[in-house]
Amino acid sequence: MSTAPSPPAIALAGISKRFGAVAANRDVTLAVAAGSIHGIVGENGAGKSTLMSILYGFYEADAGEIRIKGQPRRIRSPADAIANGIGMVHQHFMLVETLSVAETVMLGAEGGALLKGGLAKARAELTRLSREYGLAIDPDALVGDLSVGLQQRVEILKALYRGAEILILDEPTAVLTPAEADQLFALLRALKAQGRTVILITHKLREIMAVTDTVSVMRRGEMVGHFVTATTSPPALAEAMVGRHVLLRVEKPPRERGAPVLEAVGLSCRDARGSETLREVSLTLHAGEIVGIAGVAGNGQSELLEVLAGLLQPTRGVIRLDGKILATADRHPARLRARGLMHIPEDRQRSGLVTAFSAAENAILGYQRDPAFGTGPLMSPQRIAAHARAAFAAYDVRPPDPALSTAAFSGGNQQKIVLAREIERHPRVLLVGQPTRGVDIGAIEFIHRRLLALRDAGVAILLVSVELEEVMALSDRILAMCGGRITGERRADAADERDLGLLMAGVAEEAA
Amino acid sequence: MSAAPVALPRWADNALVPLVSAAAALLVAGLVVVGIGENPLEATALLLRGALGSAEGIGFTLYYATNFIFTGLAVAVAFHAGLFNIGGEGQATIAGIGAALACAALSAMPGFLSAAGFLAAPVAILAAAAGGAAYAFIPGWLQAKRGSHVVITTIMLNFVAAALAVYLLREIIGRTGSMQPETPDFPAQVLLTPMHRLLAPLGVRLPATPLNTAFLLALLALVAVWLLIWRTRLGYAIRTVGANPRAAAYAGISPAAVTMIAMAISGALAGGLAVNEALGVQHRLVLDFTAGYGFVGIAVALMGRGHPVGVGLAALLFGVLYQGGAELSFDKPTITRDMVVVIGGVLILFAGALDGLFRKLVAGVLGRGGMG
Repeated sequence: MSTAPSPPAIALAGISKRFGAVAANRDVTLAVAAGSIHGIVGENGAGKSTLMSILYGFYEADAGEIRIKGQPRRIRSPADAIANGIGMVHQHFMLVETLSVAETVMLGAEGGALLKGGLAKARAELTRLSREYGLAIDPDALVGDLSVGLQQRVEILKALYRGAEILILDEPTAVLTPAEADQLFALLRALKAQGRTVILITHKLREIMAVTDTVSVMRRGEMVGHFVTATTSPPALAEAMVGRHVLLRVEKPPRERGAPVLEAVGLSCRDARGSETLREVSLTLHAGEIVGIAGVAGNGQSELLEVLAGLLQPTRGVIRLDGKILATADRHPARLRARGLMHIPEDRQRSGLVTAFSAAENAILGYQRDPAFGTGPLMSPQRIAAHARAAFAAYDVRPPDPALSTAAFSGGNQQKIVLAREIERHPRVLLVGQPTRGVDIGAIEFIHRRLLALRDAGVAILLVSVELEEVMALSDRILAMCGGRITGERRADAADERDLGLLMAGVAEEAA
Repeated sequence: MSAAPVALPRWADNALVPLVSAAAALLVAGLVVVGIGENPLEATALLLRGALGSAEGIGFTLYYATNFIFTGLAVAVAFHAGLFNIGGEGQATIAGIGAALACAALSAMPGFLSAAGFLAAPVAILAAAAGGAAYAFIPGWLQAKRGSHVVITTIMLNFVAAALAVYLLREIIGRTGSMQPETPDFPAQVLLTPMHRLLAPLGVRLPATPLNTAFLLALLALVAVWLLIWRTRLGYAIRTVGANPRAAAYAGISPAAVTMIAMAISGALAGGLAVNEALGVQHRLVLDFTAGYGFVGIAVALMGRGHPVGVGLAALLFGVLYQGGAELSFDKPTITRDMVVVIGGVLILFAGALDGLFRKLVAGVLGRGGMG
């Protein structure tokens, strides 16, 4: 109605933030129009999370200005952010599983010493919000009983209940099936239609293209570009993120698979609480093929990897290596390694590395008894360092400094240390979990090439990844997992995302 | 990134932070001294002179430091495996009993003592180490196999060891006809030579102090622990289990086995306290010879950052405090032994519990210096 354009919902100008010697944000400028969906992409460590933490009041910027709807504001705590109409949905949910949805939503906004009034208000408001956005959520259900997708909706409702006009979502689809992700995007569009503003932080370019109106790219703490989504493309965004041209998908020439190497028959497993995490899983891994496991995180893939790697004992089932059944005593990581079964664990920082150690010491983890690294009970620091220097040169680990603490390396370089360690030992079977989680795009290309080269050299590879694109790009065969069961098998060249998504959701059980 | 620990250069982490802690502790201790109407500078001078101002003072200081090196290393080794061994007192007590049993057995073999007397002391020392190791193995086993936390079990086993020592000294291995709970004197062949007598043939004349060859053993233990932790495959396994048990399992290292081995080594080192006190100074086993050295070892290990060099320096500092404190309370009756204990307590508080406080401060100062 007025000719003057309304001020942007959020305008950041000259935001800088240092942590010690590291400039996490340098002179960052960002404007997000009210009633739009804005994406922020960038590699790990590009400063996206820091920027959003500044906006949400976890940190205060060293310099720069925040304007909300044109008004300069100081945001010194999440409470300030909420008061300014900013809500955030974290990657790791901040929910209390033993409370009901209404109680969780009310948390921190109870409105008095007695809960009754606040609870009634929360329930009424929740019912209204659920109806308005078509969210099927029962205010009295226990949070712990909800699926991950529904828990995320509770997080969003929590923000809306606090009057969020501006909603920040940090990597929201990491834990969702493709179908759940589509539902989330529909919700975001509905929020936009209501005039609310959404900021979506992600590293998945596909999502940026699918749902955002505008997108900003960050690299090394700086804002390198603002794009209108409709006029840009994934390759252009990837290039802006990395600063050079990258191949988003490596080429995979066809290859005849060889003899079966690793076979699992009827593997079942229970966790400490007695619930079944693996149910009758059978699979065969042939030499020279990559078998990908597609599944939403937490559906038994981790347990499958750990059982095959000898870290977890199955309750039932047998594993054959080279046609011979592995006895319980043989299912030990050290013995399996000696027989050529190597394992790149899903969570390198929790299992694959000792981050407090030097890089050289991590480059021998699992091989610490190798006579090459010392004499008798003694270890030779010189030989360990020389070994690491050679490995780091071959795998382009940066910085190539064996004495540096492993925690000081970026995610991609940490992963290269693990990769170098396991691959240089000439595995015959390689179990790979989340090879590119938290790894920047440039390193992803490198890792994918290495895995394909191994497959071409005749190694049998089992690939577990929550990135469906990655599974589809690398695998020869794809197995979908849901609820600890293998729900289907597809040849990679005949698989499509919708079909796999249905298998991953275990559609036979749950007609969603 | 939000909860990143404060990153410091190594020299700052290993030297500057402990120094700042010690300085702050001395400042607070100085305020306490002012509070009771004494001059803190004068008190400090008296303390230092008492500890380091004479050959006799140095001898006592190093004798105390010997105890702290052993108990500090005991805590440090367990700490590298991620275990908090609070049981130094109990392990040293059982080590003392082990040594006493070995001495009793040796006394019963006069033929062996006269023929191969030079083996007697090593046998008694090994018996002490074995006693300490066996007694620390129990909580290690309980932790590894049953999940009972070592902090709880070691501290409870301290009481069991103390009670056992009373029983054994009164009823089984005690001196007959004595009202004191103590063993008969050990045979002369097992005793460790006092330093003043060891060095006398070389023309070095030292006053008589309790300092004995156990001090040399302690220095040897410092080197041995450094080798173990940073230069052996076992040390690598211990550090891996301590830093990341999941990664240890992934690497084929059994956290349970390492837990038991590390506790046994820790207990054997705590046994060094019995070697110094029983074989080196008192020449018999008396009740409560551990006298809290085992607990101070925790502070020594924390202050020394678990590194043998740091443990050695921290042990020396506590040795100075013990010896100088004794002299100080002698010269200044208003500053009692209890006051010196308070000063030691402040030091422990700052070095152990408030470590993080100064890390942040130091990081802030260094960060600003680096940017400007």
